[in-house]
Amino acid sequence: MSGYSLSELKSGGLMKQKEKDLFSLRLRIVGGFVDASQLIKLSEIANKYGKGHIHLTTRQGVEIPNINLKDVEKVKKEIGKAGLQMGACGQRVRTVTACQGKECSHGLIDCFLLAKDIDKEYFGIGGHPHKFKIGITGCPNGCIKPQENDLGIMGRLRKKFIKEKCNYCGLCASVCPVNAIKVNKGSNDIVFYEDKCIGCGDCVHSCPTNAWQKRQEGYSIFVGGKMGKFPKLGIKVFDFIETRGKVLDIIKKSLGFYKEFGKIGERFRDTLDRVGIDKYKKAVI
Amino acid sequence: MNEIKPGSVLDLRGVVCPNNFVRAKLKLEEMRSGEILEIIIDDGEPIKNVPRSIKEEGHKIIKVEKIDGHFRLLIEKV
Repeated sequence: MSGYSLSELKSGGLMKQKEKDLFSLRLRIVGGFVDASQLIKLSEIANKYGKGHIHLTTRQGVEIPNINLKDVEKVKKEIGKAGLQMGACGQRVRTVTACQGKECSHGLIDCFLLAKDIDKEYFGIGGHPHKFKIGITGCPNGCIKPQENDLGIMGRLRKKFIKEKCNYCGLCASVCPVNAIKVNKGSNDIVFYEDKCIGCGDCVHSCPTNAWQKRQEGYSIFVGGKMGKFPKLGIKVFDFIETRGKVLDIIKKSLGFYKEFGKIGERFRDTLDRVGIDKYKKAVI
Repeated sequence: MNEIKPGSVLDLRGVVCPNNFVRAKLKLEEMRSGEILEIIIDDGEPIKNVPRSIKEEGHKIIKVEKIDGHFRLLIEKV
């Protein structure tokens, strides 16, 4: 085995296959974003060292299967030359997933920018009781499934109403998914039920006269989501966090809490259930 | 206010997203600035998607009317 230990190999994104001396090589990808030129390089590597195919993971990752142990160092060098790095396995902070954010017509936040910040600070950091997954979705449509992550982030929007601009066409009430707006065309009257609003921004994006406008963008935070053998959906712990800095601080404190209170082999959700979600909330905010 | 007369009408009932928007967009491209296009779209996904896409293209939605589960939109070409 040329001096490698299995755990050492795993830390760097190499996963042993059933076949002797063959490994699947996992890469560090941020928010599913890969340069087109890097994809060409990966294709070359898969053809040269693997069996000519690539596996795309459920977490937007890229894995090149069928790499022989004797070629691992050479492949690592080639990956480095392409500006890519090895991924993470084991009890570490994993690939940060993200949707297209503001490139999508529904996206409310810049998911990729946040994903890069989180990746830079926390990717691959170990010493936790188990793996830790973070996902960022741009709006309440939740395409990235933030509730399936140990910590999920969702873009949200707070809005304002400019009465003078409104022509009471009623479109906002028709597009609102939770009936948070009532429009009375006869008496030119609008009622907004703020407690019902989920902050998706559909009214703002549809309003023909810009009477509904964005006031502020922010982030909802979910914790304790996981899949695997015992799936559980994440719980929304913070409805509207106003700044990216504050989100990063919550992640830092969440990882600290997990390290302090988690038992070895326990997922974050199980720690939260055992120790108490209120204690967690007090510790991070 | 007098009823605005549309220069063209597109009945997009039964046309799914994004084909309804694309057909409206192509029609608008044929028209002159300031001309009015009337479209009729379904409730549900179409009313959630089409007006915002029209707005993103810079056109002005000047009237929205709900008639029997459909929507009638008057659009002024930018």
